[in-house]
Amino acid sequence: MAKVPVQFTLNGSEKAEFVESGTTLLHALRDKIGDTSPKGGCHQGTCGACSVIIDGELRLSCLTLAETCGGADIRTTAGLAEGGVLHPLQRAFLDGFATQCGFCTPGMIMAAKVLLDHTPNPSREDVVEALSGSICRCTGYEPIIQAVLAAARANSQNAA
Amino acid sequence: MAIRRGRGVAAINYPTGMNLGGDPTQALVHSTPTGNFMVTLSSVDLGQGMKQIMAQICAETIGVPTDRVVIDTADTDTGPHCMGTFASRGTHRAGNAVIQAAKEARQVMLEVAAEELEVNASDLETDGQGNIQVKGAPQRSISIFDVALSAHFKRGRSISGRGMFLIPRSYPEKETGAMKPSTCYAHACTVAEVEVDDETGEVTVLTVKNVFEIGRALNPKMVEQQLVGGSWMGISHALYETTEPYYPSRDHAGTDFNQYLMPGPGDLAETEIIVLERPSADGPFGAKGPGEMCANPQIPAVANAVFDAVGVRIDTLPITPERILRALKAQAAS
Repeated sequence: MAKVPVQFTLNGSEKAEFVESGTTLLHALRDKIGDTSPKGGCHQGTCGACSVIIDGELRLSCLTLAETCGGADIRTTAGLAEGGVLHPLQRAFLDGFATQCGFCTPGMIMAAKVLLDHTPNPSREDVVEALSGSICRCTGYEPIIQAVLAAARANSQNAA
Repeated sequence: MAIRRGRGVAAINYPTGMNLGGDPTQALVHSTPTGNFMVTLSSVDLGQGMKQIMAQICAETIGVPTDRVVIDTADTDTGPHCMGTFASRGTHRAGNAVIQAAKEARQVMLEVAAEELEVNASDLETDGQGNIQVKGAPQRSISIFDVALSAHFKRGRSISGRGMFLIPRSYPEKETGAMKPSTCYAHACTVAEVEVDDETGEVTVLTVKNVFEIGRALNPKMVEQQLVGGSWMGISHALYETTEPYYPSRDHAGTDFNQYLMPGPGDLAETEIIVLERPSADGPFGAKGPGEMCANPQIPAVANAVFDAVGVRIDTLPITPERILRALKAQAAS
């Protein structure tokens, strides 16, 4: 089968790849481009570990075909830190012991980033709703919820 | 038909390690030319924090800052032998092996420093900041960086150590069958409060209050993290999760996350954790194995709370609405 050319922006950098038709964005990111921050958990859209941000919205990269992403602005956890300085969400996860084995962490952070981008001062219920598409085996979720709330507070203090 | 409230309590003992053909773990420690310390292990960090804890144990034993220690768990083919990361044994077994290896390495380090400072090694101490000094005369000191350089390029010494920790196999006594299947018990007690809808059989866990006795907490924040996650997992075992996929027939068992259910961030009970530290005699700096223990007491506590709420004993996990309704039906019929 002929390969399909696809071009998009990944964390601010132009990327161009030839992918086989039907290739998922997750596969293209991890195995072709080498950004392994999105994780392949269930490959059927139920665990959230592969979550990325496409044009500002949270998407499951395991259910997104790479060839549909032409011209898209794609963001992953690998692109969050700026010049070696962690993103406030990454810092809050680290300081709050909100990650253990770490497999769900990139998906959790992507989900939290979309939340905070749209709702800078979320309630606990907002955070729970935003994280509800992601499964964590280790933490019992509470440290993750607290880390997202802490990141929101840090953001609002920086903005003030 | 009503929402009924109940409270249940449970207490457990939980072992560290196991007893098959004996329970060994080995560790090797060596210094790099610049005085960092490599710990080579076949024990694996599954996310429970093995690398951090082993670095702390090695650093404390040698007398250097934790960031001077690198943990290498790369390859079970080539590393020193470990039975594995299971049975809550990692900190206890590997930690004891690391202490032994680090003590031997520390002795060589002090001997090299003694030659450089022209004193007796037994008169030396570490300052914990990366230096070795003469006891009572800290102005007579040498950095561990310089000691390692000297060992490598001048003295021809390997600053290294071997560690081996073995719990020997325990055979049952012929008369009584008594044996020692494990060592170093951790303990926990949980009180759970639930609401049971006696029309739908649904259980909502309102609060879970846990006390864990885990020996010495070598890293209190990581211990807390493990216990909070474990308490959640215990509730998940009590109400949602099942070993059905494995036996006896998996025809109707869940095969993916749509069917194999776990509580999500919206299903959390109010959780309290209290840690009691009673250092164990045979653990590294008094540590026990809190890993799996922490996910156990919630299960009988929830079962007891369900009994308190609606008067039925569910003895099969998970405690599903179906099992509660069947038990209520049987209770009404009898």
